[in-house]
Amino acid sequence: MRLRGTRRRTAASMLALVTAGALSLAGCGSSSSDNSSDNAGGGSASAGPCGTTKPTTLTVGLYGTFGFKENGVWDAYKKACPNITIKEDDVEQSADYWTKLKTRLASGSGLDDVQGIEIGFVGDVVQNHANQFVNWNKVANAAADKAEFYDWKWSMASTADGSDTVGLGTDTGPQTMCYRSDLFKQAGLPTDTATLTKDFSTWDGYLALGKQYEASTTKPANSHFVDTVNSIFNAAVYQGTEAYDNTSNQPDVEKSDGVKNAWSIATQAAQDKLSAGLTQWVPDWNKAFSSGTFATVACPAWMMGYIQGQAGDAGSGKWAVAPVMPGGASNWGGSWLGVPTASKNQPAAIALVEWLSNKANQVTMWTAKAQGGHWPSNQQAAADPSVGQATSAYFGNAPVGKIYGQIAGSMKIPPIGQFDTQIQSLINAQLTNVETKGTSPDSAWSAALDAVKQVTG
Amino acid sequence: MTTITAEPAAGEEISRRRPRRPRAARSRGSRIAYVYILPFFVVFAAFSVYPWLDTAWVSLHEVRLSTYDQHTWVGLANYRNLLSNHYFWNAFRNTVTLGIISAVPQLCVALGIAHLLNHKLRGRTFFRVAILMPYATSLAAATVIFLELFSPKTGIIDWALQTLHLPRVDWQGSKWPAQFAIASIVTWRWTGYNALIFLAGLQAVDQELYAAASVDGAGRWAKFRHVTLPGLRPTIIFAIIVSTIGSAQLFGEPLLYHGGLPDGGTQNQYQTLGLLMYQQGWTNDRLGLASATAWSMFVIILLAVVVNLLIARRRERRAAR
Repeated sequence: MRLRGTRRRTAASMLALVTAGALSLAGCGSSSSDNSSDNAGGGSASAGPCGTTKPTTLTVGLYGTFGFKENGVWDAYKKACPNITIKEDDVEQSADYWTKLKTRLASGSGLDDVQGIEIGFVGDVVQNHANQFVNWNKVANAAADKAEFYDWKWSMASTADGSDTVGLGTDTGPQTMCYRSDLFKQAGLPTDTATLTKDFSTWDGYLALGKQYEASTTKPANSHFVDTVNSIFNAAVYQGTEAYDNTSNQPDVEKSDGVKNAWSIATQAAQDKLSAGLTQWVPDWNKAFSSGTFATVACPAWMMGYIQGQAGDAGSGKWAVAPVMPGGASNWGGSWLGVPTASKNQPAAIALVEWLSNKANQVTMWTAKAQGGHWPSNQQAAADPSVGQATSAYFGNAPVGKIYGQIAGSMKIPPIGQFDTQIQSLINAQLTNVETKGTSPDSAWSAALDAVKQVTG
Repeated sequence: MTTITAEPAAGEEISRRRPRRPRAARSRGSRIAYVYILPFFVVFAAFSVYPWLDTAWVSLHEVRLSTYDQHTWVGLANYRNLLSNHYFWNAFRNTVTLGIISAVPQLCVALGIAHLLNHKLRGRTFFRVAILMPYATSLAAATVIFLELFSPKTGIIDWALQTLHLPRVDWQGSKWPAQFAIASIVTWRWTGYNALIFLAGLQAVDQELYAAASVDGAGRWAKFRHVTLPGLRPTIIFAIIVSTIGSAQLFGEPLLYHGGLPDGGTQNQYQTLGLLMYQQGWTNDRLGLASATAWSMFVIILLAVVVNLLIARRRERRAAR
């Protein structure tokens, strides 16, 4: 009797232990990746243009609007490779996306098969995580891949010695300004291309237009020339020989000519009260694209898509693209697609990224009806006549292909750094204080340097 | 709760009274129980104790999120950095002021609501459910709505102020208005929850005491002061401690209030300790410093709770005298 009792108890506790174990295991079991993965790793030649012949699901981690779905590129890939299913894993803001990606890279798990890499953090990826991404210099089509891109686009995603490249380019951000032609007209500002080409060619000319706008008695009340002086700063900072980093990959905010110049133009605009003092990327700013709270905004090619999204159909014909960029041709933004070495579907992922960055698709991304403003990083695509001749009905039939093409062909590209995103956002906060709180530029500048030190350590 | 009411734990009391069973039988009987509580302790060890110790270890190193595998031992340098770091002290002050202006009105109003809902009134259940609705609302949704209300450009509050010929207020950029706006989100969300806790406490107060007070000629206010408040003392202390901890960890509201930027406003005017920790670790990449902030927060919360308890105990002793 006693013996039996003990044994029954032992059995009961064993059962309980198993139950408990099963409960705790259930939590971990569901996170493993998709079932039908191709573990080839190196990429076999027999697998064909899709990288694999087996049915495969590829996860693609992106931020903002890459426009693959909107422009029908995913549908086209489904036709080319029926065995591949693509699942987008989207985050709205690139800063949030980067935080998430950084955490996953640090832990080495949870990575998608393809990861978008933005210019704001490509420096960090190249410096600290190059070994966690497929090296595009070592893939089968390396030479052909490299030949497709603008040199600077390729080298931004490469280590200093050029031996390791973490991603293939998607779009780039040649920039100019966008303006409201209806508000310009209402305020009595020039709207003909010849005069605007002259006025928009320098920052002084731009600021002079701004003063004229603010002094106008016919402009709508509560309307200002520019959304925020950060629009000016973020555009102008890349016109220097340096932006936030020096050529030896060290943060160099205090001595950078780009920062110094952009700061002085932006604070000048703030003190001339040219700005609406909005914060970019928040609801108030989004609404102002249609309400007319501001008449100009810095306009890298991708901003065309953003404006159409926010101003909607009602904004068609009101927004226009300035023919030239004040202060010279420069780039703001642009992305790459990389394949983490942790991906279980490497050959298929590599095939997809190569396909997305080929000439035909980059031409499609720019010329598609939606015109999301994805200027090619593939230079053969950029040279294609259909790209250069593209006009935009939404932006008053502006010759956007010609305007952005000229800028893209003559851009100065300063070195990019590991903390560009963080530094820019800290400087932006201080410029907001100058424009909305009346903080003196000098004390805002020292506050900015102080805050930057918290990042650089 | 047992420590708060300062009574001996119930289990002890019982085991002292009950005659002891033979040792072997006791251990056999409780073995299954240990196995059944094991999952909790496994989870607790994995998700609380281990991160806790790991954070302490990381806080003694220079570690960046991007290069997480490279630790450099720096001893207490991160803590020394914090002591002289004006961002840390600014966040500390903001956490205290935000805590006070959100927790005090919240608990007072909750007490009042609980008192009212304890009376017999028509549709009582409806009101009891209704006050809990804000608590069930997602933080993000609530903050987005409040942002719209408090928007300096298009918000309804500034519009109302203007209509009444009062000056417009910059609810975002000015320090105290911004803190007030954030405190109002916290108050709105948590008042109902605290009211429900108080209500539960109220129902445990002996109704005969109210009857006796009535006989003695006590009015509503006198009954509230001399019957309700003393009866609710343990519940109130519990609510205060929970909201102290909640205030010290304030994070989501100020983060979302600046459109998801972790700087707590362009002048860090509403940056809290929780937010600073997040900014240091996940935006600025400095995990070592962020871990030091986390541990400092832990110590600060512990001190705040101990101070709360000491005050409560002193008052109790004085009341007993």
